Amino acid sequence: MMVLQSLQRHPMHGYALVQHIKQRSNELLQVEEGSLYPALQRLLKEGQVKAEWEISLSNRRVRTYRITPAGKKHLEREISSFERMLEGITLVLSPSES
Amino acid sequence: MNWFRQLFTRNRIYSDLSEEIEQHLAEKVEALMASGMSHPQAEQAARREFGNVARVSERGREIWMWPRIESILADIGFAIRKLRKSPGFTFTAIVTLALGIGANVVVFSVLNGLILRPLDVPQPENLFQVVHGNGKGGWTSQSYRDYLDYRDRDLSFTGLMAYQMQRVGLSVGKSNTRSWGYAASGNYFDVLGLKPTLGRFFHATDEHGPASAPFIVLSYDFWHRQFNASPDVLGQTIQLNQHPFTIIGVSPEGFHGTDDFFWPDYWFPLLNAAQITGSDDLPWRDHYSFDVIGRLKPGVTPHQATDSLNALATQMAKEDRKDDGLSATVIQAGPAGKTDNPMKKALLGIMLLALLVLLAACVNLASIFAARAADRSGELAIRMAIGSSRWHILRQLLTEAVLISIAGGIAGTFFARLLLSALSHWQPFGDFPTHFLISPDHRVYFVAMALSIVCGFLFGLIPARQIWNTNVLQTIKTGTLQSETFRGFALRDILLVVQIAVCTLLVTASLVAVRGMRRSLQVPLGFQPHNVTLAQADLRMAGYTGEQSVALLKRMIDAASAIPGVTAAAGADSVPFQGGGGWFVYRWGTTEFLPSHMAFGADTYLLSPGYLQTAGTRLMVGRDFTWHDDKSTPGVAIINEAFAHKLFGNQSAIGQRFMLWATAKYEVVGVVEDGKYGSLVEDPQPAMFFPVTQGPGGFLPTRAVVIVRSQLSQDQITAELRKAVTGVEPNVPYAIAPWDDAIDRSMVPARAATVVLSIMGMLAAMLAITGIFGMASYSVSKRLKEQGIRIALGAQHLQVMRSTLGRPVILLLIGSVIGLLLGVFTSSLMSHLVAYATPRDPLILAGVLFTMLLLGLLASFIPARRTLAIDPAQLLRE
Repeated sequence: MMVLQSLQRHPMHGYALVQHIKQRSNELLQVEEGSLYPALQRLLKEGQVKAEWEISLSNRRVRTYRITPAGKKHLEREISSFERMLEGITLVLSPSES
Repeated sequence: MNWFRQLFTRNRIYSDLSEEIEQHLAEKVEALMASGMSHPQAEQAARREFGNVARVSERGREIWMWPRIESILADIGFAIRKLRKSPGFTFTAIVTLALGIGANVVVFSVLNGLILRPLDVPQPENLFQVVHGNGKGGWTSQSYRDYLDYRDRDLSFTGLMAYQMQRVGLSVGKSNTRSWGYAASGNYFDVLGLKPTLGRFFHATDEHGPASAPFIVLSYDFWHRQFNASPDVLGQTIQLNQHPFTIIGVSPEGFHGTDDFFWPDYWFPLLNAAQITGSDDLPWRDHYSFDVIGRLKPGVTPHQATDSLNALATQMAKEDRKDDGLSATVIQAGPAGKTDNPMKKALLGIMLLALLVLLAACVNLASIFAARAADRSGELAIRMAIGSSRWHILRQLLTEAVLISIAGGIAGTFFARLLLSALSHWQPFGDFPTHFLISPDHRVYFVAMALSIVCGFLFGLIPARQIWNTNVLQTIKTGTLQSETFRGFALRDILLVVQIAVCTLLVTASLVAVRGMRRSLQVPLGFQPHNVTLAQADLRMAGYTGEQSVALLKRMIDAASAIPGVTAAAGADSVPFQGGGGWFVYRWGTTEFLPSHMAFGADTYLLSPGYLQTAGTRLMVGRDFTWHDDKSTPGVAIINEAFAHKLFGNQSAIGQRFMLWATAKYEVVGVVEDGKYGSLVEDPQPAMFFPVTQGPGGFLPTRAVVIVRSQLSQDQITAELRKAVTGVEPNVPYAIAPWDDAIDRSMVPARAATVVLSIMGMLAAMLAITGIFGMASYSVSKRLKEQGIRIALGAQHLQVMRSTLGRPVILLLIGSVIGLLLGVFTSSLMSHLVAYATPRDPLILAGVLFTMLLLGLLASFIPARRTLAIDPAQLLRE
């Protein structure tokens, strides 16, 4: 979900994606950088992203991932269900309101 | 379609992934260096943050696979490469298993073919046979009159049919051959629910009294063999014992009658049987010669049917005293139904032994695998260290084990098939059409596969324990699994003991069988079959009647005596080990000849004068018959000692009298030694002999055996005898064979059991040798250094040997004793297989111990030599 969300803003390659997620989460999410790749492969297989080899600004051959329409739809669904879940959790966790 | 395309694009995907990861690392390194790190530092940090590159790319690749299957396939591929690297190990393992599984496949196929197989008819499960009494004791046949009552007055069956086997001279065109078929009731095919391949069957509506339906239905195989499957056979006439029968149909392919091995060539209505055989079984309530099979009505249990038939039998006994004591039991028709079938017990016993062999093989492989896992512990530890899970490694080892076991299973099944196809063409009973339907079917293959896989898991899981407990660090340091985790050693001891016990048990079984065999071959037969040749014929096949037959037999005996080199010749209606019948014997003065009044039943033979001398049977007292004992003189009989003792006690038998029925009265004129009549293992049977010229109650036989004793070579005498008898009557089919053959034939089951047991014993012995050898050499090599030191410190050879080989020897002893005890406990099981011997025989006990000791010596000889050849100086230097 995080990956799709990030890619929705603009297409990125793997390294950039890692840095992006690290920054956005204020370094709260300390994951092994490598673990991103299996996740990307899964999205690739499910057709939610597509990848192309490009030359980056730093003149490096990089593989840039873009979100596909299917990926966007999936992301929307995921977000809305995630929000509902979050809502539910919040409701349960706040006893004062009842 | 997607996965299909993936198959081809996958390599692209993988290389993209690896390149991407490399680029990632490179970029990271650059970024870190930009922040001031040195190159090596940056590289290290990049890798640290990235995580396990190999794991990541593997997991990335896994996304594209059918995860389970492919990783298993990869395991298999790796296992194959691994096994190819140690061909010796692989070969040994596969051969060991092939032997074990092959033995099981053979035995199970036989079991499946002979016992578990249902009859080849539609819905065999509701076909039941009506047998005499309580179903035990093997007396299955019924009389025709009783059959009619059961069929017409009992309501349990939708249909009940009867049949009997008949040996008939069959003439097609000019040739006249001996053949076997069924005389069957009109409803036979309808009850079985069969449809003809060609033409039609006979039905109950064809039965209009004796000899009313001269029709014959050919078996599919016979139609192929004799008539080349020509459709023109319908309407043709063939002669059964010179009586014309019209071919009306051909049975369906795959239907071979309802007996265990006997395949009839044809079926004819039993109302016409008397016309063919000359003796009419139909009117007699006490001629039990028909097998009766029926289909139970839906909802009727065999138990209910048995009760209902017995109620009827009691009623029938009230109506006709010949049915006194009649009772019946309903059992499943076909081989599966006969619960007290001795062959079934024997086969189950052998199956058990075969499984034991397989168990021994598995145990053997388990210890080889355990040793192999120990040798490979370095490799395995490294694999664990670089991130392979224990489960992964376990799966890898199991894959290897199952792969080997499947290969072994396939090889074993292949050899079993070869053996079985040879076996299924085996015709142990001369021209009598026996067939063993034992070629493997789906059930057999399924069992073979299941066995292989179970075996694989069995011996694959034992080393697994070691892997599970491996301490990676320790193992990498020392290069072997450290001794702490090697508590599996005790397990290996137990494995070896089990293996040796199994082996001892099998060796015991085979020794018992061999000894029983030898004993039964030395048993006195009551005649001397060696150098005696028999020419058998049923003269009715050429249209002879009783009176003519006896005259013809006399001419044949004369012709046979005239052959140069023949020292004696005689005739009979049949001879021991070649069939023959029996009659109930009644004491002198009996007036009511009911089964409940009889003294006993005795084997009956009709002899010509000179038979006793030709056969080599000793006449204890009295005289032989002469050609003057005929219908014009009073009935005379020769009896054996068992008969004399049973009927007359300790009185002299000569001059005593007995009866078979009101008009069949006999005076004893001679007593001969006891003998064996049907089987080498039977208890002493009463037997009686009448002159062929008198017959029992004046019924002269048409069956004839000419017996000659001669020193000529077998080929010569066979040819000469054939010339002599065909010179007298060319139109009769003769079967000429040495008498020894007939006796050998009676030994076929025992001999087969002996061979099987010996083979199993040998297999088990081989396995035990390799097992002990493996154990001994392992313990020697493991302690080589230690022994070197001990020798250097002055230990004697004997002490060194004791410390290295002590353990295998003790295990050997324990295993042997357990096996021997098992053998003694299972002696009752073995007595089903072979007569005249039990494991309690001291000679056998000694033999087994000796064999095991020999095996132990053989197996530990090489390791022992290795121990003795230790050169301490060299060893310590290493």
